[in-house]
Amino acid sequence: MTKDIFVYIETRQNIVAEVSLQLLSEARKLKGQYAEKGMNHDVVAVLPGYQIENLTPILFRYGADKVILCEHEKLKEATTQHTTKVLADVIRHCQPDSVLIGATVIGRDIAPRVAARVDTGLTADATIIEVDMTSDTSLLLVTRPAFGGNLFGTIVCPNHRPQMATIRPNVFEKIEKEANQGEIIRFETELDATDWVEILKREVQQAKANDIAKARIIVSAGRSMVKHMDLIRSLADTLHAEVGASRGLVETGVLGKDVQVGQTGKTVRPLVYIACGISGAVQHTAGMDKAECIIAINSDPNAAIFQIAHVGIVGDAVTILPKLTEELNKILN
Amino acid sequence: MKIVVLMKQVPNTTEMLIDAKTGTLIRTGVDSIMNPDDTSALEAALKIKDANGAQVIVITMGPPQAAGMLRECYGRGVDHALLISDAAFAGADTWATSNTLAAAIKNVNPDLIFAGRQAIDGDTAQVGPQVAERLNIPQVTYVSKIVEVAKDHIIVKKHYEDFDETLKVSFPCLLTTLEQLDHLRFMNVTEAWGSFDKPIETVNNQVLQLKPSDIGLKGSPTQVRKTFTRPVSSEVKLIHGGSEEAIRAILSTLAPYIH
Ligand SMILES: Cc1cc2nc3c(=O)[nH]c(=O)nc-3n(C[C@H](O)[C@H](O)[C@H](O)COP(=O)(O)OP(=O)(O)OC[C@H]3O[C@@H](n4cnc5c(N)ncnc54)[C@H](O)[C@@H]3O)c2cc1C
Ligand SMILES: Nc1ncnc2c1ncn2[C@@H]1O[C@H](COP(=O)(O)O)[C@@H](O)[C@H]1O
Repeated sequence: MTKDIFVYIETRQNIVAEVSLQLLSEARKLKGQYAEKGMNHDVVAVLPGYQIENLTPILFRYGADKVILCEHEKLKEATTQHTTKVLADVIRHCQPDSVLIGATVIGRDIAPRVAARVDTGLTADATIIEVDMTSDTSLLLVTRPAFGGNLFGTIVCPNHRPQMATIRPNVFEKIEKEANQGEIIRFETELDATDWVEILKREVQQAKANDIAKARIIVSAGRSMVKHMDLIRSLADTLHAEVGASRGLVETGVLGKDVQVGQTGKTVRPLVYIACGISGAVQHTAGMDKAECIIAINSDPNAAIFQIAHVGIVGDAVTILPKLTEELNKILN
Repeated sequence: MKIVVLMKQVPNTTEMLIDAKTGTLIRTGVDSIMNPDDTSALEAALKIKDANGAQVIVITMGPPQAAGMLRECYGRGVDHALLISDAAFAGADTWATSNTLAAAIKNVNPDLIFAGRQAIDGDTAQVGPQVAERLNIPQVTYVSKIVEVAKDHIIVKKHYEDFDETLKVSFPCLLTTLEQLDHLRFMNVTEAWGSFDKPIETVNNQVLQLKPSDIGLKGSPTQVRKTFTRPVSSEVKLIHGGSEEAIRAILSTLAPYIH
């Protein structure tokens, strides 16, 4: 019988991707749900890379019971070709019950190929994952948005194992546990000597100074703020916040796509999200509705954003924002 | 050089509304469009044809009405269009879709395959990589720019969350494109007229001869258990009043987070 939840650990330059830690912690919750059903699933971190054994303690700390360490010079970079091979080999050899992969650019590149190679189902870009408590199987219920966020679907993979899913970054919290050690299993595999793809150049995107995905407070602007970005920026500066945006605003070109929040942008989970002149289309709210506190300013009392806001201000952002910044400056200085 | 472009006709999800009573999507009256990412894939293929000479073949799997989209492709200078359509292919998830598309592509034997990164109905971004896997060829996903096309390889720019890579990959290979890569050209008047006479080759499973367990709903490892729309909460505290009142409300809400 297959058991165990495998989590693919994505790394870049010897740093574990946040989403991988979030998935380890979430897998631990699934382990708890399985335990309620009398099933014993371990959380296993699959770590491909080169000279990366030093990364194992953090994996145990955020939820792994075991780590499968796959070290090979060819795994220095997370390439499609070699990472797919390693993951498929690990899956064939260990027969896990499920495999979770972060829905990053790398994860969404590799996961479909792995699923095709081991001939199983893959659910894309999921936001909720839970154990089916109504059956006596180990079935997972994996929920994801579709149709541009208009509809949600719960997807199951009843007759194939492992059950695979890519999961959106920042929808789950990472949770520390006491232990930072456990069993390390080394997995050796043969990799092609020739590379399919040659990396000629790597450039950091210029506009990419700050990462809204990590911000504590986000001041976010909608299309109507296109001529008033100075108001948005000074509020953000006062609050030491990052500036985010709806697609409506990004389409005007005043801000780059890297600050777009939502279905086709980033998922954010700040403490405070201040939505200024944002209508609240599902494609936008899909990326920010997990914020602890949502403050929305919109002149239309029927704006959809008010359905998810904790505090809704019906009014003109252009008059409210400068006064708000002024008051905050008084308090903070 | 032979280039295949995988294109999908999708409902325009921007126009979609939810039936508040049943909680289901209202599909009637929603028009079908070319999937946005696929339009840039098609333009990339046509640009290569313009510059280097190539035969561009569009392949779609879908119901008979997808032929309309293929006619529009002819109107833009595509050389051949294939409609993969059979009741047996219906209800396919990405695993079964890619099996079917890969089988059709094998008969064409292209040097280069383009797909869109993601279709706006399913939003999976899985079909491209899974087709590449079935064909056992390299892939580059999230392509934001074509840098150079040579006889035996292509150089492209790939877009990650916070950096870009320039990559060289030999033919045959598969690329998935981002919508921002390019804008699809308008239909050319003469080609548009001609497009109505051009044959659309329909391929069913008598041609492809795939096992029932590898295609359609039956061949799909994943199943949709249920669908639902976002529940609406009404707990919001709405402040109408003037800006004084608004600012007071915001300040007291922010207080715990800024001290
Ligand atoms: C497949 C797909 C993916 C998408 N992905 C995303 C995504 O990732 N992120 C995203 O944001 N969108 C996304 N969208 C677009 C989304 O559907 C909306 O079109 C978009 O979010 C609207 O942006 P907006 O609210 O800024 O603009 P608008 O819809 O133009 O709304 C402007 C709002 O500002 C209010 N307003 C105007 N003036 C003022 C003022 N002076 N003071 C206060 N309020 C004012 C108006 O009442 C209105 O509610 C996607 C769409 C599709 C189809
Ligand atoms: N039925 C189909 N016919 C042709 N191409 C498809 C089909 N489904 C998906 N594709 C291609 O695969 C890409 C990704 O689709 P998806 O995995 O559904 O998000 C699309 O942009 C298309 O290029």
